[in-house]
Parts: sequence; structure tokens; C-alpha cells
Amino acid sequence: MAQTKEQQKRAQEEYQRLARRHRPRPPLLRNALLAFLVGGAISAAGQGVLNFFVAQGLPPDKAGGPTAGVMVFLGAFLTALGVYDKIGQVGGAGSAIPITGFANSIVAAAIEFKTEGFVMGMAARMYQIAGPVITYGVTSAIVVGLLRFLIAGG
Amino acid sequence: MSYVWAFLVGGLICVIGQLVFDLTVFTMGHVMVLFVVLGSVLTGLGLYEPLVKFAGAGASVPVSNFGYVLTSGVLKELELIGPWGALAGVFELGGGAIAAAIFFGFLFALLTRAKG
Repeated sequence: MAQTKEQQKRAQEEYQRLARRHRPRPPLLRNALLAFLVGGAISAAGQGVLNFFVAQGLPPDKAGGPTAGVMVFLGAFLTALGVYDKIGQVGGAGSAIPITGFANSIVAAAIEFKTEGFVMGMAARMYQIAGPVITYGVTSAIVVGLLRFLIAGG
Repeated sequence: MSYVWAFLVGGLICVIGQLVFDLTVFTMGHVMVLFVVLGSVLTGLGLYEPLVKFAGAGASVPVSNFGYVLTSGVLKELELIGPWGALAGVFELGGGAIAAAIFFGFLFALLTRAKG
């Protein structure tokens, strides 16, 4: 039976979901500890970048933007080198939750779908995870922002 | 001292994410979306900003910070320019990071050969 790539992918995802439901319990403590160490280390690295920008004279509340920019750059760079995926195998959520993991999700997906073309492959598929994150982030920001503004006045 | 709090708080946020991942059927993408929305809701409740002031990068490096900066942008522009600010403010503070992710993401993917 001929299946499109899309159908295959959906079947795979469904299978993974089922497999996750039936697999033996993950080593919770070990995973949590590794997530703590890796996530903590990435956050501490981010603090180093933040401190650098503050030392350059940026006020602390203005230093967050460029810090995020540098961390995104590093996440993308390390993904291109193939290093970030190795960190991810160890760190789990410790490498996915930091903003470097957001960059990783974009680069990894873009590389994966490069063979399907530069427009409908790479550029479209790079948002596989980043797209939902931005969509829910924007929607939530508007709803929560309006609610807070109306209830608490800003 | 700032490094210690960044490590502890950033690490703990990731532990929560790992537990959600291990104890539910969520994928890591679901967990990331959940954290962005949580960051936004905590901002609405006035709780995320104190966390950023206290933990620095420990709160601003995790993706929950996206929810914080997007929501803060909305609040800021609502105050400045009124209703249009609910839309115009979204990318005011978080736009740089998103632009960086798109630009560097595309750039590094262009320069990298696909595996296999």
C-alpha cells in the first residue's frame, strides 16, 4: 500500500505514543538529576552572558534580549556541529527547555528536511516545534495580557 | 552568587519539565509549549517578573521566558497606545530572540549537510 510521507510520519508518531504508554517506567530520579545538571549548567552559562552585557554598561532589564540572542546563536551553532543532539540525549528536558533547545529544534528540523527543498522542505519544516511554541506563546500573551490589563490595569 | 541562583532555578525548571515528560504522554514539543503558556500565565499573575529579578538567567533562559517577554510586551503597549497594543506589543520585547532563532537557525541549517 502506498503511503505518503505524511501518513508514515503520523503512523510513526502514533506508534511512539503507544510505545510510550506501555514502556517500563523511566528512571525518574536519574532523568531528573541529569535535567537539573544540564539545564542548570546552560542557565549558568546564560548568566555569564548576561553578566557580560551588564558589565558592558547595559541595564539588567535591557540585557536579556541580547543574552537570548547569544544563547540562540550558541544553540544553533552547537546543533550544526552535532554537539547539541548529544547533550540532548543526556540532558532530556535540561537541554530542550532552555532557549538553546528552542534554537536546536529549528536547526535540527531544518537540516532533516533539507532534502525536500529549500522552501517547502527546510523553511517550512523548521517550525515543526518552534511554530507551536510561537503560536501558543502569542495567543497566550494576548489573552493573558488583555485579562491582566482589564482586571488589574497593567 | 548570581551563577548559583541561575543554576539552581534554571535546573529546577528543567526538572519540572523532565517530570512532565516522563510522567505523561507528552512529547518534548508539548512540554515546551506548556512552559511558554505557563510563563505567560505566571506573568499575568505577576509572579514571573520577581522570579527573573531573583534568578536572572535561571528564569530568563528557559522557554517559559518567551511567555514572559511576549506577555510583558503586550502589557507595556496596552498601557502606551491602548487596544492596538494587545497585538502590536507581542513582539516588542521577544521579537529579537525570535528573529535570532529564525535567522541563525536558517543560516546554520544551510551550512550543515543532512546526515545519512
